[in-house]
Amino acid sequence: MPFKPVILWTDALLFLLVAAIVVFAVYARRREHLRDPWRQVMRRRLGMSALVVLAAYGAVALLDSLHFRPALPADKRGRVQYAAEMLSVFDLMVTPLRMHTEKTYSAPLATHLYAKEMVQLPDGTTARIFPRLQYGGAHLKEPASERTGDILRTTWQAVAAGFLVWVMMVLGLAGWLARRWRLPYAAACKRMAGGRSDLPWPAVLLTAGGLIVLVAWLLALAPLYHVLGTDKVGQDVLYQTLKSIRTGLVIGSLTTLVMLPFAVLLGIMAGFFKGWIDDAVQYLYTTLNSIPGVLLIAAAVLMLQVYIDTHPELFQTQQERADLRLLFLCIILGVTNWTGLCRLLRGEALKLSTVDYIQAATALGVSRGRIITRHMVPNVMHIVLISLVLDFSSLVLAEAVLSYVGVGVDPVMNSWGNMINAARLEMARDPMVWWSLTAAFIFMFLLVLAANIFSDAVRDAFDPRLRKQ
Amino acid sequence: MIVYIVRRILYAIPILIGVNLITFALFFVVNSPDDMARLHLGVKYVTPAAIAKWKQERGYDKPLLLNAHAPGVKQFTDTIFFQHSARLFALQFGRSDNGRDIGYEIRQRMWPSLAIALPNLLVGLLVTITLAMLVAFFRATYIDVWGVVLAVMFMSISSMFYIIGGQFLIGKLLHLVPISGYGTGIHAFKFSVLPVVVGVIAGLGSGIRWYRTIFLEEMGKDYVRSARAKGLAELTVLFRHVLRNALIPILTGVVAVLPLLFMGSLITESFFGIPGLGSYVIDAINSQDFAIVRAMVFLGSVLYIIGLILTDISYTLVDPRIRFG
Repeated sequence: MPFKPVILWTDALLFLLVAAIVVFAVYARRREHLRDPWRQVMRRRLGMSALVVLAAYGAVALLDSLHFRPALPADKRGRVQYAAEMLSVFDLMVTPLRMHTEKTYSAPLATHLYAKEMVQLPDGTTARIFPRLQYGGAHLKEPASERTGDILRTTWQAVAAGFLVWVMMVLGLAGWLARRWRLPYAAACKRMAGGRSDLPWPAVLLTAGGLIVLVAWLLALAPLYHVLGTDKVGQDVLYQTLKSIRTGLVIGSLTTLVMLPFAVLLGIMAGFFKGWIDDAVQYLYTTLNSIPGVLLIAAAVLMLQVYIDTHPELFQTQQERADLRLLFLCIILGVTNWTGLCRLLRGEALKLSTVDYIQAATALGVSRGRIITRHMVPNVMHIVLISLVLDFSSLVLAEAVLSYVGVGVDPVMNSWGNMINAARLEMARDPMVWWSLTAAFIFMFLLVLAANIFSDAVRDAFDPRLRKQ
Repeated sequence: MIVYIVRRILYAIPILIGVNLITFALFFVVNSPDDMARLHLGVKYVTPAAIAKWKQERGYDKPLLLNAHAPGVKQFTDTIFFQHSARLFALQFGRSDNGRDIGYEIRQRMWPSLAIALPNLLVGLLVTITLAMLVAFFRATYIDVWGVVLAVMFMSISSMFYIIGGQFLIGKLLHLVPISGYGTGIHAFKFSVLPVVVGVIAGLGSGIRWYRTIFLEEMGKDYVRSARAKGLAELTVLFRHVLRNALIPILTGVVAVLPLLFMGSLITESFFGIPGLGSYVIDAINSQDFAIVRAMVFLGSVLYIIGLILTDISYTLVDPRIRFG
């Protein structure tokens, strides 16, 4: 085999999450009471635009989660060895970005290095000049005069191509919808453009169009230039920030998920059984809650570091170690985060246990376990879902802070926190190295903003108190 | 009332014991002191003798819970648990791993933290409430819609970018105030302007959104309608009726965080170079000083619980409907 697939812990959990979403979607399609709130979400223009952006991020993260170890050239006896370094499918797709490393900093779209170097000129003398980049704009003969024209021309072509792709996509979609709605083609187009169907098509398609044009532009320009510059060791900043997407999404989604079973089980049990179980659960979450989150995380991660350092034999590769640390960070963030959800669920279960249908079930002799699984859990799911999406954006932001403090993800892992941390000290340089920070800022801002908008839409649709208004 | 307060304080004791046990388990059971010693000494100098010396210097050479070799009460007191964890209850923090007195450092460092955090809280409260009231006053107009949109955008920016942006704009481009550092007396003001301004702006987004919902909820209530029906001007209704009642949840929320102001903020203090407790923690994390982190975890929980008790008390004071149950 030319490669050996590797499944990291977070990969497995991430795909499990996707599978769960798909299963739920199939299940909910047939059930009107589950479908209705989602239909409300889908009618929101801003919410759906945000979902398109989130989907783009998710696609990158999932592609980046298909890991494998490529085979090295076979040795003399024909045995195949696999490289120690793990790659992902996404790495393969952006190979030029990954391979094009310069010596050190260079500005976005630059053709020359950021720092002067002693270089031997063709005529034999040495001089201190800004050397040409190895990859950035290497196809230009006279960078000073050709660069702007070249960039503008490439941009123009890419935008035109992206626009064309988008138009074809829209036309194809209109054709498909026309068949589904059993309308003539022109009428279907009109209905789509009017935004009066079950999905706000104009908003969705415009967002998708913007993304497609952006991707096309990056595809055209990234192999020729460093669109977002390079960092201290010459790595492409665009590559780093794209790789950081997976880290951010893993922290944002898996954190709530790993602790979800505990929160749901304990919260419902406390509210339903009352008595000493209630006291015990309340004591547990009050205690955990009273430790300031950052300090608990810091303490736990420090201890994990000691453990990893003293047990190096457990991890085959550096990436496996980093991945386990990421998973542990999710768990520990979850431990500090589940208490809020648990408290909400306990309150809801207390309320539910006095509701007529639960009382009726108890009177009819339904077992307690069955009451919990059949009646309680489905009726608190909206709270779980709301807290899941509401927590997402704050967790993505928390990752950056924790990495800055030094208790976040592994330093070898690409993450926005690590990027900010590394770039922060370069602010003092003159001229300033601003591109790493800007890249991390833009990508983080877009993700968190989309998540915030989407979670608002979900909350409005699922919260029964808000729905009445 | 006094009975109520005493009972609340008694409730806090088992929680603090729980916190203490968690930190004890985290710091001494998950990893043995040997592991910590090895990490601290580095790979080069690890010999059994060096480890033993490191442990002895810091008092980590005793048994964890029960010292079978000691006479009488010392069976329980001459252990790691008693010396390092139980003593925290008396707020005796002991010495850090590099030999400094933690209690002294905390007493020194909490004032700079407070000097930043308190103005930040007060100014932030004033600005946020004003803006939130403005947005709520213009509810269901474009000002309201765009106010909320802006608030969501403000919320989506990491607090670190506010600090970096503020340092760059005000400190580096305009040269108004120093970028970082700390002084005493009148100099403290010069150094604390930027952190406070940045802190207030960073908290604006979530604050406005949160307070706006509180105001709107209050405005939908019957007594507001009666006030309007009475013919009061909208502004009078807003200030005399809505603001007063909306301040109840806002202020009780503030009371909860008051004690934690002493702890300072990790990132703010580290970015601005303020010698407070936040940067103390960061330094401890970076130098892997477990004793300091342990002490700060405990101190943080104590302050948090004090905040909870204060919140309960303030509820009973503010809202006469709540009885001491």
